Amino acid sequence: MEMIRKRVVIIGGGPGGLAAACELHRKGIRDILVLEREHQLGGILRQCIHDGFGLTRFGQTLSGPEYADRFIDEVKKLGIECITDTTVIDITPDRVITSASASGLLQISADAIVLTMGCRERTRGALSIPGNRPAGVYTAGVAQAYINLKNIMVGRKAVILGSGDIGMIMARRLTLEGVKVVAVFEIMPYPSGLPRNVEQCLNDYGIPLYLSHTVTSINGKSRLESVTVSEVDASLKPIPGTEKEYECDTLILSVGLIPENELSLKAGIELDPRTRGPVVDEDYQTTTPGIFAAGNVLHVHDLVDFVSLEAENLARAVVAYLDGSLPSCGITIETDSSIGYTVPQHISGEKDITLSLRVRRPMKPCTLELWQDSKLLATKTLRKAIPAEMEQITLPVGQLVNTNSVKVVARNA
Amino acid sequence: MKGVTVTMDEMFDVLIIGSGVVGSAVARELSRYSLKIGVLEKEPDVCCGTSARNSGVLHAGFNNKPGSLMARFCVEGNRGFDEVARELDIPYKRTGKLVVGFTPTDRERLLAMKETGDKNGVPGLEIVDRNRINKLAPAVRGEFALWSPSTAILDPFQYTLGLAENAALNGVRFFFNNEVTGLEFSDGIYHAKTTKATYRSRWVVNCAGLGSAKISAMLGMGEYTIHPCRGEYFVLDPKIGPLLPLPAYPIPNPAEGGLGIHVTPTVDGNVLIGPSSEYIDGDDDYSCTQQAMDLLIKGGSKILPAIKREHFIRNFAGIRPKLTSESEGGFRDFVIERRPEAPHAVNLVGIESPGLTAALPIAGEVIRLMQQVETFSPNHGFNPVRKGITPFRNKTPEQQAELIKENPDYGEIVCRCETITKAEVLAAIRNPLGVDTVTGIKYRCRTMMGRCQGGYCQTRVAELIMQESHKTPEEVLYSREGSYQFTGTVR
Ligand SMILES: Cc1cc2nc3c(=O)[nH]c(=O)nc-3n(C[C@H](O)[C@H](O)[C@H](O)COP(=O)(O)OP(=O)(O)OC[C@H]3O[C@@H](n4cnc5c(N)ncnc54)[C@H](O)[C@@H]3O)c2cc1C
Ligand SMILES: Cc1cc2nc3c(=O)[nH]c(=O)nc-3n(C[C@H](O)[C@H](O)[C@H](O)COP(=O)(O)OP(=O)(O)OC[C@H]3O[C@@H](n4cnc5c(N)ncnc54)[C@H](O)[C@@H]3O)c2cc1C
Repeated sequence: MEMIRKRVVIIGGGPGGLAAACELHRKGIRDILVLEREHQLGGILRQCIHDGFGLTRFGQTLSGPEYADRFIDEVKKLGIECITDTTVIDITPDRVITSASASGLLQISADAIVLTMGCRERTRGALSIPGNRPAGVYTAGVAQAYINLKNIMVGRKAVILGSGDIGMIMARRLTLEGVKVVAVFEIMPYPSGLPRNVEQCLNDYGIPLYLSHTVTSINGKSRLESVTVSEVDASLKPIPGTEKEYECDTLILSVGLIPENELSLKAGIELDPRTRGPVVDEDYQTTTPGIFAAGNVLHVHDLVDFVSLEAENLARAVVAYLDGSLPSCGITIETDSSIGYTVPQHISGEKDITLSLRVRRPMKPCTLELWQDSKLLATKTLRKAIPAEMEQITLPVGQLVNTNSVKVVARNA
Repeated sequence: MKGVTVTMDEMFDVLIIGSGVVGSAVARELSRYSLKIGVLEKEPDVCCGTSARNSGVLHAGFNNKPGSLMARFCVEGNRGFDEVARELDIPYKRTGKLVVGFTPTDRERLLAMKETGDKNGVPGLEIVDRNRINKLAPAVRGEFALWSPSTAILDPFQYTLGLAENAALNGVRFFFNNEVTGLEFSDGIYHAKTTKATYRSRWVVNCAGLGSAKISAMLGMGEYTIHPCRGEYFVLDPKIGPLLPLPAYPIPNPAEGGLGIHVTPTVDGNVLIGPSSEYIDGDDDYSCTQQAMDLLIKGGSKILPAIKREHFIRNFAGIRPKLTSESEGGFRDFVIERRPEAPHAVNLVGIESPGLTAALPIAGEVIRLMQQVETFSPNHGFNPVRKGITPFRNKTPEQQAELIKENPDYGEIVCRCETITKAEVLAAIRNPLGVDTVTGIKYRCRTMMGRCQGGYCQTRVAELIMQESHKTPEEVLYSREGSYQFTGTVR
């Protein structure tokens, strides 16, 4: 079998992988290879034909494919080698990649590997919704792929479970295509997607959003006929007696995204149970030396702009790694119960670091605080914070007193 | 359905009603003889009933009353399995099994099971201590256990499919979406009326599983009642697979009429927890309930404490075709009979566990009963060998490279969770039984069965079905008639 050598191999040609590739090239690395399993580059953006991308990165609002094209054009202009229709099926801890394509099996030994494989959707099975198993139950991303990429319509009358961004965007998309969207049901007492999507995708189209409700039964033996919906109590358990049946032929699930880390596990990389992505240091290096991660494979992003920025930071770290000059990162970032997760999980204490994080519950005016032992290192005041929106706070290195862990806390103001 | 048509004056020697594992085994064994055989099945594929919805354990035979058909055929079926698995190219694993106990009463019950097993001729049964459990399956809880080395695990769908495809290869014809609604006997000929047509035959074999009492009544034997008893399961992510090398069972509660909530690995590396046990009204209600799910988590964790919520990838339910009612409890033996009032019908009723294990010996018994009144001449062209789809995954890189070289479609990964290639999906779509439903393809090659449940591959699989079977989106079926996947094109 063929075995080739590469300086840097990037797995996944979505916005994360492409941004990393361009930045590596700008920083002087030439021996780069991007591997993408789809026929086209662009990742999940290819199916996101709505606009709302690029406000932070480019200062204007673009559709998903337009945003992706900016990077695809750049990659082409720079002449970076990208192989599509090729799926990576294995990575070893000593950085040997195996990929499969119609032209054969390829093994690549890489000095550094960049993981940008994106994420997958949570499914009905992960929720264990009771009931039958008829046709007509789709995750939002799958429905989006059928409609936007394959030109196939999935149903006529839909209920949406989960108020994730993709679900809300699909509620609007389906409505525009003449599908009756009955309602969106969300088990939490607040929407799980961005407020702008509640406004622009549901309210503008008169689609009701029921909070603290969930689907408790899927009904129908051949095609979906109806769903039973119940109100839930504070512990998210369905309240008996509140069941209501909604007729529909389609159920769209928008119940969360999970970083795609099967390959990372093969490479011996430690995952963080909170992000479900790799544990990384301030240089985006995973626990396996020379393997780096950014984008949705690291933690699920709500805005692609931050994926690009993260990947560009990663690229600069990879360059330093190849020069042999990455610091060791002995300081752990901890959280208390107010915080869902932070990235990175380890820092060196040698430079200022911007932490990305999500609060666990919606908060009114609040402050983010960084503590080391009993010293307050930094604070940031927020008008509000919701789990749907990623927050960032900078840790000024001069404030650190020792190498003990740093704790992130969110407090109501 | 690509399917097959039948002309009105066509005459079968044998019609088999039902293509679960039993009907498929009967079809395959009968195809050793020079007979014209048809199988009538109400669903769009083989193995849509109980045969697809069970623990997939090749039982050893220590749970069944000595002298019963269940005991005899279970032991025989287990013993003969290596050979048939080889012939049909189907995956299975002799893992052995543990029945775990905790209390002194448990120990007595295990000793009694061992004694039953010894009487039935089950090889190698042993009572083992905590240390042995630790060696055999370190993650399994139990103070001591009954160790059964001959128990195996198999993929019940692949087994049924292997039998049916081998039968088809040897000339048996399958008629799907044909529910038998009436049977008339005149001038020595059965007229089987289905939802699609009327079929004529000299012999009828009732392998209708949950529908067997109805068919039995159509044959003039109205005394049977099937008491459907649902068993629900959880399927867990293969991530937890390495923790469970073999099936681990609790001590069965005889009143329940099942083997209790157990944990078992599948040949594909998943883990099943189940089944629950609940008598229900309809024989077609495969829905899963919250109560049963909670019960399963509790029951499963008792034996395998490492189970976590994040491991759950889906659930399913099977229905036991029991001859005993809820108040009676327990088991009744298989009914396999040929009676004077219907001398050219073989009637099978109440084929519950261990029916999967016992399928081939049951088929042997069916043929024995038929040959009491008619001698069949051998089919000289009979070929016992059927080739399955060659999988890409779990091969060495060298073998994988070789596969791609021979057929570039092996290089196109369609399902990323289970590493299933386009070559396998195409082979599944071009199956010998002519089935092209989404679930039919899914069960044949395991696309959409992994942790993402088709998130990545289902659009491709649907596209390949449309391409290969020349279907419009509206014509693609999930499984049954009426289970349309799509309502058309967007524009
Ligand atoms: C449906 C959806 C709607 C969204 N809507 C918005 C929006 O409106 N506005 C906004 O700003 N953001 C939105 N986002 C977020 C944004 O699109 C994502 O955060 C961003 O696309 C993530 O980029 P990525 O490169 O990390 O992953 P992806 O875009 O998912 O790219 C990963 C790439 O890796 C490839 N890959 C994976 N595994 C392998 C392998 N083994 N071998 C080879 N290749 C592999 C994949 O095929 C894919 O091309 C949305 C996200 C989704 C999922
Ligand atoms: C929860 C559970 C766990 C089990 N675990 C095991 C195990 O681990 N090991 C083991 O050995 N056994 C096990 N069993 C038992 C085993 O699954 C069954 O005994 C076996 O599958 C029965 O096969 P069958 O072909 O008789 O029935 P089925 O698979 O139900 O086949 C009957 C077929 O007849 C068709 N049919 C019905 N009525 C009509 C009609 N009117 N016209 C046309 N077609 C019709 C049905 O559609 C169906 O396809 C288990 C059973 C259950 C329920």
